[in-house]
Amino acid sequence: MFSNLDLQQLIFGRLSLEAIPYHEPILVATFIAVAIGGAALVGGLTYYRLWGYLWKEWFTSVDHKKIGVMYIILAIVMLLRGFADAIMMRAQQAIAFGDANGYLPPHHFDQVFTAHGVIMIFFMAMPFVTGLMNYVVPLQIGARDVAFPFLNNFSFWMTVSGAALVMASLFVGEFARTGWLAYPPLSGAAYSPGVGVDYYIWALQIAGVGTLLSGVNLIATIVKMRAPGMTMMKMPVFTWTALCTNVLIVAAFPVLTAVLALLSLDRYIGTNFFTNDFGGSPMMYINLIWIWGHPEVYILILPAFGIFSEVTSTFCGKRLFGYASMVYATVVITILSYLVWLHHFFTMGSGASVNSFFGITTMIISIPTGAKIFNWLFTMYRGRIRFELPMMWTLAFMLTFVIGGMTGVLLAVPPADFVLHNSLFLIAHFHNVIIGGVVFGVFAGVNFWFPKAFGFRLDTYWGKWSFWLWVIGFYLAFMPLYVLGLMGVTRRLNHFDDPSLQIWFVIAAIGAVLILFGILAFIVQIGVSILRREQLRDVTGDPWDGRTLEWATSSPPPEYNFAFTPRIHDLDAWWDMKKRGYVRPLEGYKAIHMPKNTGAGVILAGLATVCGFAMIWYVWWLAALSFAALIVVAIGHTFNYARDFYIPAERVAEVEGERSRMLNAGA
Amino acid sequence: MPHSITFLRRLRRWDKPSTIAPPARGLTQRNKTSPQTVVLPVSILRKIVLLPLLCLLAGCEMVVTHPSGDIAAQQRDLIVISTILMLMIIVPVMALTALFAWRYRQTNTSATYDPDWHHSTRLEVVIWSAPLVIIIALGAITWISTHLLDPFRPLSRISESKPVAAEVKPLDVQVVALDWKWLFFYPEQGVATVNELAAPVDRPITFHITASSVMNSFFIPALAGQIYAMPGMETKLHAVINKPGEYDGFSANYSGAGFSRMNFKFRALDGKGFDEWIAKAKASGSTLDQKTYIALERPSEQEPVRYYASVENGLYNKVLNMCALPGQMCMSEMMHIDAMGGGGENSEANRERLRYDGHRLRQGVEEPGATFPVSGRPPNTNVQPQGMKPDALTPDVNKQQTQPDEGQGHRMPGMDHQGPAPGQMHDQ
Amino acid sequence: MSATPAAAAAKADPTTFYVQDEHHPENGTLLGFWIYLMSDCLIFAVLFACYGVLGRNYAAGPTGADLFDLSIVAVNTTMLLFSSITYGFAMLAMEKNRKGQTLFWLAVTGLFGLAFVCIELWEFSHLIHEGATPQRSAFLSSFFALVGTHGLHVSFGIIWLVTLMAQVGRRGLIPENRRRLLCLSMFWHFLDVVWIGVFTFVYLMGVLR
Repeated sequence: MFSNLDLQQLIFGRLSLEAIPYHEPILVATFIAVAIGGAALVGGLTYYRLWGYLWKEWFTSVDHKKIGVMYIILAIVMLLRGFADAIMMRAQQAIAFGDANGYLPPHHFDQVFTAHGVIMIFFMAMPFVTGLMNYVVPLQIGARDVAFPFLNNFSFWMTVSGAALVMASLFVGEFARTGWLAYPPLSGAAYSPGVGVDYYIWALQIAGVGTLLSGVNLIATIVKMRAPGMTMMKMPVFTWTALCTNVLIVAAFPVLTAVLALLSLDRYIGTNFFTNDFGGSPMMYINLIWIWGHPEVYILILPAFGIFSEVTSTFCGKRLFGYASMVYATVVITILSYLVWLHHFFTMGSGASVNSFFGITTMIISIPTGAKIFNWLFTMYRGRIRFELPMMWTLAFMLTFVIGGMTGVLLAVPPADFVLHNSLFLIAHFHNVIIGGVVFGVFAGVNFWFPKAFGFRLDTYWGKWSFWLWVIGFYLAFMPLYVLGLMGVTRRLNHFDDPSLQIWFVIAAIGAVLILFGILAFIVQIGVSILRREQLRDVTGDPWDGRTLEWATSSPPPEYNFAFTPRIHDLDAWWDMKKRGYVRPLEGYKAIHMPKNTGAGVILAGLATVCGFAMIWYVWWLAALSFAALIVVAIGHTFNYARDFYIPAERVAEVEGERSRMLNAGA
Repeated sequence: MPHSITFLRRLRRWDKPSTIAPPARGLTQRNKTSPQTVVLPVSILRKIVLLPLLCLLAGCEMVVTHPSGDIAAQQRDLIVISTILMLMIIVPVMALTALFAWRYRQTNTSATYDPDWHHSTRLEVVIWSAPLVIIIALGAITWISTHLLDPFRPLSRISESKPVAAEVKPLDVQVVALDWKWLFFYPEQGVATVNELAAPVDRPITFHITASSVMNSFFIPALAGQIYAMPGMETKLHAVINKPGEYDGFSANYSGAGFSRMNFKFRALDGKGFDEWIAKAKASGSTLDQKTYIALERPSEQEPVRYYASVENGLYNKVLNMCALPGQMCMSEMMHIDAMGGGGENSEANRERLRYDGHRLRQGVEEPGATFPVSGRPPNTNVQPQGMKPDALTPDVNKQQTQPDEGQGHRMPGMDHQGPAPGQMHDQ
Repeated sequence: MSATPAAAAAKADPTTFYVQDEHHPENGTLLGFWIYLMSDCLIFAVLFACYGVLGRNYAAGPTGADLFDLSIVAVNTTMLLFSSITYGFAMLAMEKNRKGQTLFWLAVTGLFGLAFVCIELWEFSHLIHEGATPQRSAFLSSFFALVGTHGLHVSFGIIWLVTLMAQVGRRGLIPENRRRLLCLSMFWHFLDVVWIGVFTFVYLMGVLR
């Protein structure tokens, strides 16, 4: 093994100039675009001297609100990357028929679909829901911050670190060509010897640490830091779903960590967990990854359910129908999500009894989910529905999600799954629930809480464009895939022989283009809203006539969230306060105890990125060094005991006085 | 009118009916009876909107909804029944959503507004029990059908009206998913084929399915559902084809670069046709022995159909037990030793005989498209790696390269020209 | 449920809707750490499951009965159990606010832990020397992964323990340090419990079967 070590290998591992894909015109063009955009961004920030501001006020901030916003910015950036992959696939599949091979060779196409899945789940949907939970949950429970503010900052930067590794794989080396769950033996060293799977492993491991810690953090926050009077059954539904989601995170992500660690042992030191040789079992990997993977989809969808609950009751001007059954339904889904993983591989040859057990448990999940749909429905009943953007997204969700739910139950019938598994029907199904559920949910959430975060509403005109383009685009892009699935067409193909299928792929590609315009309209919506912020300004802090506590404070909320910790008497705490003639206290402010900002999170995550990159490229010395540095910085951080400070009462009085002035001016 | 017909022809089903088959369920006849389809819109946009509708009206024949094998037909029935059951709840929900959204809109002040109404025990019972009832029905159907349609379960009927006669012995076919082609053994007939499968109509078939390297999924949508093909393991599928014809079969589980072209034809023949087909295979004169298999097993794409008149005895079992390479210990033997309490401490010799993964790499054959190929072929260039589809520039690409391309100056740890992949460093 | 009439009362009493003094919610550190430990427990659960599934796939190689030397493992177990007891003494001393005594017992705990890790490393090197490497069979892969992960946890526990000793030495038994000692206490005992599982499930059953 040491026979042909030379200096270059010692210093650079397997990293060489050849790793840069300058032979791929698509990647070169992307790189140039990213480089120009990045240079413009860096130049702009430097010119306007914003680095100090960003570092002090954002990067090192432990404020849950700022971290929440940063998560969502990360999610939007990664949405663009993940969507670029999606539209490349749609274009390839729309043209690669018969003699035409399309423009993506297999080794590129296979990276694209792997990266699309990984990015959309881990670096788009996860940061989106985590960001919303981070922003909203402490406000909804009347807390000043999360339980572990530093950990929150660290979690965010670890997620960024994972995303950075995935992005690096675009320009240095390659990404995995295995599908988003990297099934062995294909992902093992024997069949995927390149750096792709290593990028996959380290990106997910590093981001996974962040996700796990943020899960621990939010559970502790919700359990320990609720305002007085807020019993569990008076928690807003979004907080409930956030609690269940984070329980799922904490109980699922360790399994992912462990299984990826075992896969990396297989790849790095040649153990035999998931190999064909020496008694290894690839089926073990598939079981374990889905024990994480199935709860993962509920990690994404439960917060969306919470958002829809808040939005429905707010815009119907009516208390949520069946709060208790909503809560029980959420908890039941949480528990059941651990009993269904095998439905992802009915076709792996389990016996009929095992298959039908997991099929039936899967169907049972549709009962609480159905109950939730009915609850939203009856919340609308005898309401006064205002069709603002969040409510429009909610209605689109209700009409779309039931279709996805139906096809999901269909896939849970094992014999039906035998013909639909791995087909485009399956692809259509999970995009139906993830776009129709999670994506519509986060758009509802962003439109709903944006005025809280920034003090002005999002522009409705462009919001409606975005909405209609997304919804129509979704149907055009995915309904054809249902049909194709029924025609027996399977997933991950980069070429088709039968020309009669082409029309369906062309329709799907047109749908993807509409979604592209929907995303652009969303970005324009944000831009236009920033420009028109004075017209869209909301000084009341309660633009939608809200019901829960986050609407009780100003928009944007002060760093301490509430000058006085609220006392809760009712499920719809703020609605109750408004109804009972709550008067905002104007004096008697006390000094407020707050956590201090720290740069440790950024530094630790930066070291983790370096360590991951060094491991991917076998630069052993750098990996060892950065890991040692990671430990030293972490230990050093624990020697810092001065982690908090008091906001003096005068400062609080000043901020609250400013708000009073604005309220009076607005009234 | 002619336009409409050509258009509808493009909606033809995935499997192409053979000449023997009765005419596919009258696309054109229905066309005439259905006025909606006669007047076809010319604009693409309307075409797009109407396409799914047309599909329903004109009976656009999709292989999953119009299969030709009894098992697939039962699976189709199950899909239809389940869908109808669920639509019983989905349709009212969607209708109510639209109705409530319209009726209780803010501008409609005549509708009742009751902001505090949030609970009704009666309604709660309904909203939990309605889905429950559906799921109980569906659960019962699932339990029964999963057992009846278990791929491991021998068939009891050929079609709805025909039970399997007692004296009929199922046709045995042993299936091996190779990188990226299919190998079929016919133990009864003693022949083997690559990328073509044939079976007599109305005779039960028992597939024994395995793979040589990574996971694949054996799927002929017209015949029956899929089942994974996994190295070192055997799955089974029992099925029967009822209509003669030529159908598509393929791998449904992504297995690497050549996956997209890992297709084969499944020919359902009448008894005579099948005998002729076997005779044709026998006439090919070639033998599939261990040596031929090792050459065949190397990664390649778009392999032509091949027939082998005879097969070396026990070759399938060697493939299944991953001991087709010379000197390998079979999995079955290894498992026997393990069950008897392991090989003891001095068992290094066994270790050498059990190394299977990466044998191609050790022999200098690599997966195509690797960024850091083992053979020393420069990455990211237009040089087609071994096993890729031949083209005008590189007609010999599927031939074994004894000398890898000259190096480009980059090296990786543990990688000399004959060496293993970086991931195999531990093997040294 | 929602009380409509009380509006007037609410106006009269401002404390109905807010806490006038600064509100201090309970500290969540111990809960948070406990949740983290449970997630760690799941990592061990996966490793145990792997061992359960793969533990008899010897790949025609050596088995547990061929390899394990129970007497060494017994010594090792004793080391870890003793370290748990001495950690308990350290906590008792902390309760009594005796800094020196706490540090002494922590040091003893650390030494026991170090002895455990050293013996384990010796055992590993012995196995590898005999050719029973993690690459030899799925059984050995899962054995090394499970026992090694536990050993790695103990090693990090020792680093943490040394860090805490330095912090207690510098700042004394202040509330922050007490909380940290409690967290490490949970961690240390948790590793003990996991080891009991490893000892029974891997070593005893491996040899006695």
